[in-house]
Amino acid sequence: MTSLTIDNVSLSFGGVRAVQNLSFDVKAGEVFAIIGPNGAGKTSVFNIITRVFAPSSGRILVDGQDITAVSRHRIVGYGIARTFQNIELFEGATVLENLMLGRHRFAHAGFVHELLGSRKTRRFAAEARAKVEDVIELLELAPHRNSPVAGLPYGVRKVVELARALTTEPKLLLLDEPASGLNPEETHDLAFWIDDIRSDLGITVLMVEHDMSLVSEVADRVLCMNQGQQLALGTATHVQSDPAVVAAYLGT
Amino acid sequence: MMDGQIAQILQLALNGAAIGSIYALVALGLVMTYKATEVLNFAHGDLLMASAFIGWGLITFAGMPFWLAVLLTVIIAAIVGYLLDAYVLRIIVGQPQFAGVMLTIALAFMIRGGVSMAFGPTSRTYPTPWDGKTTKIGSVVITDLNLVIVAAALIVTALLFVFLRRTALGTAVQAASQNQLAAYLCGIKVKTLNSLVWAIAGGIAAICGLLLAPIALVDIGLWFVVLKALAALVLGGFGSMPGAIVGGLTIGMIEQFAGVYLPDGFKDVMAYLVLIVVLVIWPRGLMAEAHGRRV
Amino acid sequence: MRFHYDTSYLDQSRLLRYPRDKLLYGALFGVLALIPFLLPRYYVGEITYLFILSIASLGLMVLTGFTGQVSLGHAAFVAIGAYAHTYLLTLGVPFAVSAFGACSLAALIGFCIGLPAIRVSGLYLAMVTLAFSIVVEHVLGRWTSVTGGYSGLTVPSPVIFGVNLGGLVPFYFLCLTFLAVTVLLLHNLLSDRTGRAFIGVRDSEAAASGLGIWTAGYKVLAFVVSAFVMGLAGVLMAHKVQYLTPEGFGLIQSMEFVLMVVIGGLGSLRGAIFGAVLIGLLPTAISKLKPMLPSVVSGQFGLETFLFGLILALFVLFEPGGINARWIKLKALLQTFPLYRKDTYKRGRTYMKSERYR
Repeated sequence: MTSLTIDNVSLSFGGVRAVQNLSFDVKAGEVFAIIGPNGAGKTSVFNIITRVFAPSSGRILVDGQDITAVSRHRIVGYGIARTFQNIELFEGATVLENLMLGRHRFAHAGFVHELLGSRKTRRFAAEARAKVEDVIELLELAPHRNSPVAGLPYGVRKVVELARALTTEPKLLLLDEPASGLNPEETHDLAFWIDDIRSDLGITVLMVEHDMSLVSEVADRVLCMNQGQQLALGTATHVQSDPAVVAAYLGT
Repeated sequence: MMDGQIAQILQLALNGAAIGSIYALVALGLVMTYKATEVLNFAHGDLLMASAFIGWGLITFAGMPFWLAVLLTVIIAAIVGYLLDAYVLRIIVGQPQFAGVMLTIALAFMIRGGVSMAFGPTSRTYPTPWDGKTTKIGSVVITDLNLVIVAAALIVTALLFVFLRRTALGTAVQAASQNQLAAYLCGIKVKTLNSLVWAIAGGIAAICGLLLAPIALVDIGLWFVVLKALAALVLGGFGSMPGAIVGGLTIGMIEQFAGVYLPDGFKDVMAYLVLIVVLVIWPRGLMAEAHGRRV
Repeated sequence: MRFHYDTSYLDQSRLLRYPRDKLLYGALFGVLALIPFLLPRYYVGEITYLFILSIASLGLMVLTGFTGQVSLGHAAFVAIGAYAHTYLLTLGVPFAVSAFGACSLAALIGFCIGLPAIRVSGLYLAMVTLAFSIVVEHVLGRWTSVTGGYSGLTVPSPVIFGVNLGGLVPFYFLCLTFLAVTVLLLHNLLSDRTGRAFIGVRDSEAAASGLGIWTAGYKVLAFVVSAFVMGLAGVLMAHKVQYLTPEGFGLIQSMEFVLMVVIGGLGSLRGAIFGAVLIGLLPTAISKLKPMLPSVVSGQFGLETFLFGLILALFVLFEPGGINARWIKLKALLQTFPLYRKDTYKRGRTYMKSERYR
């Protein structure tokens, strides 16, 4: 279980202020949702956390550790994994290969061992495969295991993206619009999965979402953003009835 | 002697400006097609080379008057440019940029091979109205050919400027190159316009070829000038038309000065060294547009 | 359409899993081993040349096909390998040391080129590598004390442990051995963690970084590995042509290597070999066909270039996956006959996505 603290973070792109003086806490083990109109800076927050961008000011703390200056590829070492709004799967590979890449940061045989195809390499590969199979079982991806990602239906690709994030054994999972493009049945499945991820796997979940039914079903607390700033913070019902939120985003 | 030095520097600068004008024009044609269809046309140099051969054929074989041959060559090249975009490049719309690069390389090979088969390996030349004539400005001598080159470059650039900024069609071309979807929604026929841009680029390539041939001979090796134009584009900033011109002129001058002031052998590779240095230090080129990927 | 019957996770990394594979590859090697004793001398020399081209093609495939870094100047590394090796041999260095030294030099220069490649991507990288190739050719022509310039450089015969392997048949087996070892080592590397990381860098750097892949490091590694293999191809090429000139390693050769990997099929080692065989055999095939063609088609050189372009264009337009994709479809057809459907590998329409503004 991991907590996340966003401390007075700002981000500007030239003249556009994507995020302005944003501060909030995500408690360990909770499911935290960020909602708001498009352009509110929600994905920018994710990009700041995963160090795609450096904030112009402020800090990001994970379990009290300052990760604001950590390089991009080391973030996963802090237990942070994310999915992307527009699916960023490895299109030239199969589902299994995509998931095996999630195990990249774990122990491995060295370059020379790989080159020679030694028994040590094969053992490590088998261990990685075993872990990946656990995730495949959890998310019911077995029928698609060896299919090239490129030909799969959209709903399955979303699940593969989620599975790949899970193979990194994260403690904090960032989901960027996980329900976009899913039909109500798939969204319902997703709600169950997010709940399982939180309770069985002990992962803190932070998600950006537009689907209010999913948010109400699964989120413990909700933050509404508008124009880079915080608009409201509280439980789902509290935020949904907040007049400022209704005016800016939800409508009547 | 100071006067002699200045005279030499001026001479070099003028020669540099002349050859640089060709680089600038070639680069201009490349930038236009890149901005419109996001394909870097590696076949541009071969179109240039083929136009020179066609011009030679019309002048010497068919015995056409010079200016008529020029006009006809430009028209033929423009038509070829249009057809290339309308029928060949349109097939790979939607595929990553790499496919476009590969396809234009393939077209370049085909044109080069075709010209070689049709005309054979000998270098040729054709008579021009300004053969052997020179003009003296002060203590500097400039060949009439170079004057014509600079004049042609100025005229073409001016015409393009007027077309793109002052006419409705030109504005539409600019719009389509900036945001295809929005242009479609405004009722602009994007595909036709893109092919039109390729036609213009083809015409420019023809002009460059016909201008360059008297210097470098009507020869398969003419296509190499596109590599210098790439250096010009990188120097001036990749997506920028003024940049192409500035880059071309600069490369031309750098080459001339390197030929005199640097050890032997540097002149030929100066353009490529500049390209490498610029891209290593400023990965986006000097005057380039912003380039980002939203995830 | 392969049906896996693995019984343990260790099986997934076994090289030849099925009896049928073992049989077919064994037969292939058997045929290759017998060729020098069955075919005329001319063909043996040709096939040796194909082996060398295959090694070069594999080198470029690692970089472009697996890591997605476009290089239009890779013949420069072949040149570096060839010239460095020859130079060391003339100094009296033994073959193995010289070859390793030449490949390492190529790898070192690959490292130097790979460093700027971290920030420069796509089209710009293509241009930098193109310029690099031209500069290298120029340097080779001018550095006459080491390279003999445009007048050329003679290459001594390869002598390993006192045995002269310069003869037609011994050299054939030398190249075959090197090719087999290269394929094996690269296959191991590319089917494992490093290879997957390469694919990650190729397909989505953002996602790869998010999974802990140090994209900069892997790009440079790809350049180093690729350059080393190209250097090896250069070493063997030097002995094959026996007389080095800079023109043999210029821009056109770089383009031909790119043609090989693209036509062969990006992202597969098998494709690299297919592409090398096709491009390598084409000139021979053309000269065989020339007597049958009308005399309008004059110079052979032009026809070769034209056909290269035509074949590449046809593949880019109609079969982007290259020969390898056709091979896979053919295998699927044979394996699932008569249930094979023509649309099995059909992909949906794609729409233009601007790579400038996303």
